[in-house]
Amino acid sequence: MSSEPLSARERLVVIGNGMAGMRTVEELLKLDPSRYSITVFGAEPYVNYDRIMLSSVLAGEKTVDDITINSLAWYETNAITLYTGDPVVAIDARARTVTAQSGIIVSYDRLLIATGSKPIVPPIPGLNLPGVCAFRDIRDVDTMVDAAATYQRAVVIGGGLLGLEAAWGLKRRGMAVAVVHLMPTLMERQLDEAAGRLLQRDLTERGIAFFTNGQTEEVTGTDRVTGIRLADGREAPADLVVVAIGIRPETELARTAGLEVNRGIVVGDNLCTSDPDIYAVGECAEHRGQVVGLVAPIWDMAKVCAHHLAGGGELAYSPQTTATRLKITGIDVFSAGQLAGGEDEDEVVLRDARRGTYRKLVLRDRKLVGAVLYGDVADGNWYFELIRRGADIGDFADRMILGQAAAQGSAGPVKLDTKSMPDDAQICGCNGVCKGTIVETITTKGLTSYEAVKAHTKASASCGTCAPLVRQVLADTLGVDVDGPTIPTVCKCTGYTHEEVRAQILNQGLKTQAAVRAAMAWKTPDGCAACRPALNYYLLCAWPGEYVDDNQSRFINERVHANIQKDGTYSVIPRLWGGTAKPEELAVIAAVAQDYNVAEVKITGGQRLGIYGIKKQDLPAVWARLTAAGLVSGHAYAKGLRTVKTCVGLEWCRFGTQDSTSLGKQLERLTWGTWTPHKFKMGVSGCPRNCAESSIKDLGVICVESGFDLLIGGNGGTELRGTDKLCHVATEAEVLEYCAAFMQLYREEARYLDRTAPYVERVGIAYIRQRVVEDADGRRALQRRFLHAQSFLQDDPWAERANHGVDAKEYQPLPALSAGR
Amino acid sequence: MTATMIGWVEICRLDDIVPRGARVVPAAKGEIAIFRCSDDSVFALHNRCPHKQGPLSEGIVHGHHVACPLHSWVIDLESGEAVAPDIGCAPKLPVKVIEGAVWLKIAQA
Repeated sequence: MSSEPLSARERLVVIGNGMAGMRTVEELLKLDPSRYSITVFGAEPYVNYDRIMLSSVLAGEKTVDDITINSLAWYETNAITLYTGDPVVAIDARARTVTAQSGIIVSYDRLLIATGSKPIVPPIPGLNLPGVCAFRDIRDVDTMVDAAATYQRAVVIGGGLLGLEAAWGLKRRGMAVAVVHLMPTLMERQLDEAAGRLLQRDLTERGIAFFTNGQTEEVTGTDRVTGIRLADGREAPADLVVVAIGIRPETELARTAGLEVNRGIVVGDNLCTSDPDIYAVGECAEHRGQVVGLVAPIWDMAKVCAHHLAGGGELAYSPQTTATRLKITGIDVFSAGQLAGGEDEDEVVLRDARRGTYRKLVLRDRKLVGAVLYGDVADGNWYFELIRRGADIGDFADRMILGQAAAQGSAGPVKLDTKSMPDDAQICGCNGVCKGTIVETITTKGLTSYEAVKAHTKASASCGTCAPLVRQVLADTLGVDVDGPTIPTVCKCTGYTHEEVRAQILNQGLKTQAAVRAAMAWKTPDGCAACRPALNYYLLCAWPGEYVDDNQSRFINERVHANIQKDGTYSVIPRLWGGTAKPEELAVIAAVAQDYNVAEVKITGGQRLGIYGIKKQDLPAVWARLTAAGLVSGHAYAKGLRTVKTCVGLEWCRFGTQDSTSLGKQLERLTWGTWTPHKFKMGVSGCPRNCAESSIKDLGVICVESGFDLLIGGNGGTELRGTDKLCHVATEAEVLEYCAAFMQLYREEARYLDRTAPYVERVGIAYIRQRVVEDADGRRALQRRFLHAQSFLQDDPWAERANHGVDAKEYQPLPALSAGR
Repeated sequence: MTATMIGWVEICRLDDIVPRGARVVPAAKGEIAIFRCSDDSVFALHNRCPHKQGPLSEGIVHGHHVACPLHSWVIDLESGEAVAPDIGCAPKLPVKVIEGAVWLKIAQA
């Protein structure tokens, strides 16, 4: 870098340390890093951060650190003098100086005003009460997060983009939230009435209350806010009131300095104000009568402004069509361009009530001029691109409402077709990054990871919704087969993976299958035979004691607590703890087999006795006989603990080192009744000769003189897999603790129907050692969660059905039709 | 409506069948499965999967479909046909719900 000494440089002062100002500085440094000595004043006590992401911080998805754009090191590296928490209070345009609140006076050759905007404050009483805030900066978010920790009820005034994101974030933090909105439908500036109503319906289902057509008249309270009252008399109690009815350009400094100001600070196509040495960018600027509030046009402004600050004279700013998306997890909303057709336009609407999706296109003269999508926004980028380019859509105008795949004739599920995009197709709307730029950056810099592409190009670095497109462009450019191994989705009813579904169940507090399907836009009304058992398990695991097990979402064996055989009869396998039985238990098994004409009793692979060929309607009576003798279900049908196989151990065997039978029984007593992603088998061998086949179990124990070796992830099934050694422990108590912890980890993290073997292969033995062995506190927390869940699960299902009439109708056929029919 | 509808027989109350579940009516020519979907529509099929004769009544009912408990074939309850790519049919019987009672047609008109 050939650099002028700082003292010889021109002086650039930037008022405003926000996104617009610092973006302009970044662009300027790219063009001419040594032209200016730069001083930045920021009113907030932070470095430059991504204001768009405040919603994600409020919702608890990101931290303040995550949304920092430029760290202090960046300012230092670029020799920028930064004053944070020190707003500029005056500009002297004649003397060419600015004065900050702290009294510092700095001279400039060029001044850049990027003061952004301030929240609109409605003229209603009570807004100065504690517990009232806006949603504009980190301090507001802190206020809301603190309130959510202490108080119950929040009211958000304003049902626009910002207000709804605030409402959702507060809801996520556990508050009861009501939204007051002046208009009849939500987000009316970005959505038409139909989409606005769908949005309100979905948010209502998620527990947010709405007062539409609501004009707030007063915020009530004396020492702290207690509620709000509307002009029509409606009232809502509140411990927190967030005012998010809009923003207004922050123009006070410019006005006082004598610059031309209308709604915003008036700038020309070169972003210069009425003073040739003063520029303005971002939300505070007004260009051709328009002020902007979205990031994409602001990045354009930054680029053009930097060009002129660097001495260029060609670039002119012209406003582009912008697209809007809402950042509420699981609710997909997209709109761009014109929302409704007038006399010269045609509207095409597609509404799918079952899927809960809606889309409207506005067409004019063989061109697309507007799009509103709700529920399924996969085609949003394609529509946006057509609008932005003013493309001729004559060839597929009649099909385009169905999306890119249908309109352009490709079959199969919609894929992200980035290969056919022209180089100037915009991938990232926020940062104005075209496909060509991404491809060129990947090629010239030899990038191979998405993170690197994001860092170098800024594509997907703001709101992040175009991340799949950026990944696709990377895959195309590298020639990687993107159809290769991918993370499986739960089933065809959803595009979400098991991990995403489980995360949302916890994060959004989803407690019923219907809530999961609604929140994650399931394609089917009540799921399918694949996702229903999976969701049932995930909810059962996430909310022990709270979620009510849905019998109709269980496979037949788990629904009737017996194994269906190929002729439609069932097997009955009582639990024989550690493979041992008392004579009277054997006697009742024999008697039942005789009385029900069972051809034979089989010793199972899990060292128990199986009674085969019982008719469904006889099951409760059979169980009644068995439970009367003290036998309980062996769960031989369950995705849960099956058996703990043991050898005779120290008590009888000349090689035995520990009491393996007793330890096996203890493990079985600890873990019976649990539900797991797939069946779970254990073995305890009294010595390394391993007679209990511990090395092909989900959890195996090998007793040795000095204690116990713990083995995990084995499978003797169709894909044979030997166990990995987890660790060595000294005492039986430790065996029980580690076992509970590992089972809970498997319960919480494995995909439904994955045995421990694929789970261990997926996450790696090192990870499991870290969670279960190295992190002692974490292990005990896992154990606690396991025991808590067990406190609700250890009820014998046979006794409930045999003696307490649970699910009685399930076992009874209806009256037979009369003979001959 | 009374029990004198010719060729029809009242087999149970709608409430006797759990939503997204089924009951079985034994009959001389083999069992008949009566399904109740989440939207309370009711269907009747011969209780034999066209694949390996699995008892369809024991399957998971989803939408207007049931998944056979033996090998997970999915049968469309509206037609009795297996969902592609599988091919086969579990014959369907006329059934209707009148004032909370489930009626099955057992004779050809």
